[in-house]
Amino acid sequence: MTVEVWTTIFVILTFMVYLYIGWRARVRDSKGFFVAERGVPAIANGAATAADWMSAASFMGMAGIISALGYDGSIYLMGWTGGYVLLALLLAPYLRKFGKYTVPDFVGDRYYSTAARLVAVVAALFVSITYVAGQMQGVGIVFSRFLQVPVGIGVMIGMVIVAFFAILGGMKGITWTQVAQYIILIIAYLIPAVAIAWQLTGNPIPQLAFTFGDVVGNLDQVWVDLGFGAYTEPFARKSMLDVLFITIALMVGTAGLPHVIVRFYTVPNVRAARYSAGWALLFIAILYTSAPTIASFSRYNLITTLNNQPLEQVQQLDWVQKWQTTELLTLKDENQNGIVEWTPDEKTSDISIHPDMIVLSTPEVAKLAPWVVALVAAGGLAAALSTASGLLLVISSSVAHDIYYKLINPNATEGQRVLVGRIMVGVAILIAGYFGIEPPGFVAQVVAFAFGLAAASFFPVILLGIFDKRTNREGAIAGMVSGLLFTTIYIIGVKFYSMPLWFLGVSAEGIGTVGMLINLVVTLVVSRLTPAPPPEIQALVENLRAPGDAPLALTDIGEEQLD
Amino acid sequence: MNPQRLPNYWRQNTALIRTLLFVWALVSLVLSILLVQALNKISIGTLPLGFWMAQQGSIFVFVALIFLYAKQMDKLDRQYNIPSSKPDEQ
Repeated sequence: MTVEVWTTIFVILTFMVYLYIGWRARVRDSKGFFVAERGVPAIANGAATAADWMSAASFMGMAGIISALGYDGSIYLMGWTGGYVLLALLLAPYLRKFGKYTVPDFVGDRYYSTAARLVAVVAALFVSITYVAGQMQGVGIVFSRFLQVPVGIGVMIGMVIVAFFAILGGMKGITWTQVAQYIILIIAYLIPAVAIAWQLTGNPIPQLAFTFGDVVGNLDQVWVDLGFGAYTEPFARKSMLDVLFITIALMVGTAGLPHVIVRFYTVPNVRAARYSAGWALLFIAILYTSAPTIASFSRYNLITTLNNQPLEQVQQLDWVQKWQTTELLTLKDENQNGIVEWTPDEKTSDISIHPDMIVLSTPEVAKLAPWVVALVAAGGLAAALSTASGLLLVISSSVAHDIYYKLINPNATEGQRVLVGRIMVGVAILIAGYFGIEPPGFVAQVVAFAFGLAAASFFPVILLGIFDKRTNREGAIAGMVSGLLFTTIYIIGVKFYSMPLWFLGVSAEGIGTVGMLINLVVTLVVSRLTPAPPPEIQALVENLRAPGDAPLALTDIGEEQLD
Repeated sequence: MNPQRLPNYWRQNTALIRTLLFVWALVSLVLSILLVQALNKISIGTLPLGFWMAQQGSIFVFVALIFLYAKQMDKLDRQYNIPSSKPDEQ
């Protein structure tokens, strides 16, 4: 059977699974719709968080970017995993103890301020909409490459599937489909990783093949011969300071992303929140520690398959023809000698490869069976759809809960709140679908925004809200506004108005680190120059710090019974 | 929890967090970035150690840190008799 037939089978099968789960997990009340009835076991929430987090970019893009950057690609590996340590130790348990519905809920209540809540809602909406556009584009790429379906139709099929389980099941439906999507995407990622590791080193475990095989050493040699500079050479493409700042910005940004944080509202208690962060990172690490293997081994495979080969012979390869039609791969013969030559200079190089192609093409370049190629396509769809659904719920709850229920109609009934939630999921899907079909040219640029803004706004405000009792409304608002302003102006200036990198040469991707520091300092200083928060807020913070299940007064059962 | 006992619980919790975050920063920011060139003079398997830390080792440490924190907090919760089996009613 051909790749197309297999892909069709896998896509239909996995979509039927998602629909079935969505139907089984349908909900009626707002607790089910927004926080999955707080009944998600720690390990299941870990898998759901992993799928929620690992987007089309993690699945399809990351290994490709690493394979182009070598050591400097570590910014993504460490940045997108290290944030979970911050989340698990500093935020998740306390937010679970707080136990409301959204991130703006925490900001609004802790800082006793509607203005603070509004700033948080706007930031949450901006971050999520930016992010969701990229997911729908990912869906479009998979459909057009593997099923030769026009991008628009592919996006629409994806929209219908997400709409079904997200509108019916809300957070509960999303959670359980995400668990299924995690299983599909990890299998789809590991099979080619294991196969290519086995082929090139004889060791089937990607992490061991990477560490003990000789492929990376050979790749270093080949890169030096071609004039790229060694693959393992640090700071060949980015400065040390930039690598440091980008890594921190991605870590802190990860910990501050609303769609990741809200997953921890769905577990039964504080203890489950701590463990599920561990499960989440373990599940993520399985993919992230395999990514360097795919990155380096595929690059090596591609170089040996394409470089110094006659152009005519290369053009005969089936996958070369198919990828050329997507324009992610271009082959030419600059000096007309009939040989394909790969050089670091884009102008003279005969080969140009888009990073998005690396993972999806790995099974074909390694000559694996058609069903493996198809499975990878289904995995890419699972990664894009699971992240999209998590983001859609944040967009929906920001409007339905934070704006409609908290600000416009506090007397809304359960039924009204869920209805508005469902409608908002629908509206958000339409917006996401529009961006997927007509991607605005600036999507790639604004992704830096998502992490920068999350790092400069949510992380410091939540952190100090828990760990510094003295932080008050005035400090939090001043901190958020100054952090957001600085980060926004820097990113917009650098990305759109060709402003020089005036802050120590730090790039737009890393500037969130500085924004976060500004936010922290401003919040601490302004809080200490203005009146302390009211006593009931200080009591709220005390309560957050005690992880017991019942309210404080009830657990006070006398010293003699303790220890 | 008795309000008098909370400050102690909180102190022990934050001390644990500080220690674990120190390790977190050490493996990722210091060993994998700031000192990567020095570490690359040593090898692990066939790879330079600094490169391996940045692309594999630090991630393994991150996972271990989170589970270690959860385990240690279980111990602390038991010491302070904090029930954790029942779901919250909020």
